[in-house]
Amino acid sequence: MSAIRTEHPHFPGSYLDNTGKRKGILAWITSTDHKRIGILYLVSTLSFFAVGVGAGFLMRLVQLSRFHNLITAQTYNSLFTVHGVVMIFLFVIPGLPPVFGNFMLPLLIGARDVAFPRLNLYSWYFYVAGALVALTSLFLPGGPADTGWTFYAPFSLRTGTNVTMAVFGAFLLGFSSMLTGINFITTMHRLKAPGMTWFRMPLFPWSLYATGWIQVLATPILAITLLLVILERLVGVGIFDPAKGGDPLLYQHLFWTYSHPAVYIMILPAMGAITEILPTFARRTIFGYTAIALSSIAIAGVGSLVWGHHMFTSGMSPFANMLFSLLTMIVAVPSAIKVFNWTATLYKGSIDFQPPLLYALTFIFLFSIGGLTGVIQGALAVNVHLHDTYFIVGHFHYVMFGGTGFGFFAAILYWFPKMFGRMYSRRTAFIAWWPMVIGFNMLYFSMLVLGLQGMPRRYYNHLPMFNTGHDVATVGSWILILGLIIFFANLAVALFRGEKAGANPWGGVTLEWTTASPPPVENFREIPTVTHGPYVFEPEGQA
Amino acid sequence: MSQTGTIHEEEHHHDYFGAKLGMWLFLLTEVLLFSGLFLAYSYLRSIYPVEFHHAGSDMNAFIGVTNTFVLLTSSLTMALGIAAIQRGRRRMALLCVCTTILLGLVFLMDKAIEWTEEIRRGLYPSSAHLATLPLGEQTFFGLYYTMTGLHGLHVLAGVSVLSLMAVLLARGRINQERFVLLENSGLYWHLVDVIWIFLLPLFYLAA
Repeated sequence: MSAIRTEHPHFPGSYLDNTGKRKGILAWITSTDHKRIGILYLVSTLSFFAVGVGAGFLMRLVQLSRFHNLITAQTYNSLFTVHGVVMIFLFVIPGLPPVFGNFMLPLLIGARDVAFPRLNLYSWYFYVAGALVALTSLFLPGGPADTGWTFYAPFSLRTGTNVTMAVFGAFLLGFSSMLTGINFITTMHRLKAPGMTWFRMPLFPWSLYATGWIQVLATPILAITLLLVILERLVGVGIFDPAKGGDPLLYQHLFWTYSHPAVYIMILPAMGAITEILPTFARRTIFGYTAIALSSIAIAGVGSLVWGHHMFTSGMSPFANMLFSLLTMIVAVPSAIKVFNWTATLYKGSIDFQPPLLYALTFIFLFSIGGLTGVIQGALAVNVHLHDTYFIVGHFHYVMFGGTGFGFFAAILYWFPKMFGRMYSRRTAFIAWWPMVIGFNMLYFSMLVLGLQGMPRRYYNHLPMFNTGHDVATVGSWILILGLIIFFANLAVALFRGEKAGANPWGGVTLEWTTASPPPVENFREIPTVTHGPYVFEPEGQA
Repeated sequence: MSQTGTIHEEEHHHDYFGAKLGMWLFLLTEVLLFSGLFLAYSYLRSIYPVEFHHAGSDMNAFIGVTNTFVLLTSSLTMALGIAAIQRGRRRMALLCVCTTILLGLVFLMDKAIEWTEEIRRGLYPSSAHLATLPLGEQTFFGLYYTMTGLHGLHVLAGVSVLSLMAVLLARGRINQERFVLLENSGLYWHLVDVIWIFLLPLFYLAA
């Protein structure tokens, strides 16, 4: 990429400037520019993240030991369903790929846009439509769904709440995710800059490629499963209904056939973003490029075969249980490969300690706890004890929030100056880190302990023996939310008052740093020609 | 923005290979969508082999086989239509596409006749008559309506897409140089056909 490392004298027409006929918000929601669509996703996913945080905050509040019996069990059931559906389908799945994937993928591979720009915009429409349908279901008569985000049959077929609508919302969201996957895969096959071979492609695109395949291969299974739930509720086809000869276990299999791989839709892009951040701040090339690239594919592959570990206590055959347990252990291997390579990248690097690096390191730490507690549960005998306890809840929050969430935060800190051309206060970003990390661990580590003590998940109340753990967790949730407020307030202020960031504030060497900040509409004045791998740092003095 | 829009469109409309790749990925998702139902079918059939056999003997194999011929013929006319436009014979292509649409409608009509007859006999989900049948036969009919219904929706979607293609053909937007839209629609149509070829033995020839 050194071939194009020249100063751009004048780079008119940032993508943020309105040049078309349409004005204001219309100019945004009708634009097929991948960068604008990325921002649309950013705004919408963060709004829903706030909704999800709100629901989580309320759930924690009523678990405070002073507040026993503040709300009914039914309200609590709705709360955890809303929290789960909003966080999973509206924030974590459409978090990194549509936001940073859309914005950065064409920039990282030296393209002007994704392969199907108009389809890209339609994907966002599907997302918004799905979100509106799911949120409307909360306020219609019948009340919000109370099934949990998993919509397990036969309860989901019988309950009188608005499950049909919530499920239809999730169906539309799945469609959006699938179309994004198709778009990204095609983009990487067709639009890489001249000279950029597969193994010269940066690793965030690699992770998006693996994610894209999961989106394409797994999402249709969710689509048909959700359609069947709708059909069961509307006309009673009886495929999941034991009263009509159907089998609820079939529902669980189909649901997790999608929803476990979906976990990798959530975490792989975050891993990819971390892989972009580390070399930039260690000022050295990534350690084990090929291993990291291929471990993404391996995670996607093996991760598609482990869904049964959600069903150890559901009544599968002992042989199936053993097989799924073994496969679950195996999927830890490629994840560990990544962690080791990240650590090795830092070794003997020339560390430039900036906020994105801090959050990236936090990701590695929290994700490792999440990953290791996952291995504990993957062991068959232990799982029977831990199944449906707070240990599970703690584990997946370490992965989904500590992993994907902090990956998202690291990514936004890293690419914010590129996206908006302005720099946030680095000091405030450091300050926000303290309450976020302290609150996070108080909240979720308590859950791990509570789970080991036997606290079941999804209960609206608890025995006095769990008081301490619950109180610590609830106070932790307040500290965490305080940190989140500081974090996002800092970025919001920077949008308007931040000092101008140059084209390359971090000294990164991937292609997105060779263009202006914010990037012009066409991304690059001339499509760059790539002559070597993505993370080549020249020795100082020669650059 | 409008100016960039056109630049994008021109760039990408010419990426013949990219358009085909995207379509094949989409077809893959369609196959997987149905695969969930095929999985449910094979699992439930393994539990209720006798009931599936018995319920299958109730089906009208004549209509099923007729519809198979209708769809296979429509795939032929579809392929001929694409071959025609590649050779620049627009009127021939238009004729072929319209025949395909017509055959698709014939298929849907047959399907409607068949469903009407079965519903008249009380064989539909949640009916009082169906509830008196053994559990396995109930799931058979549940699967039958779900799978042929979803397939029927795909035929309907195919007919709509092909109608749009007919308009584009008539206006010359699809021509000897640019025919990837028609080709992709053809791929979709063949997929719908292939799925039916699997549905036929599972439901009509099960007995």
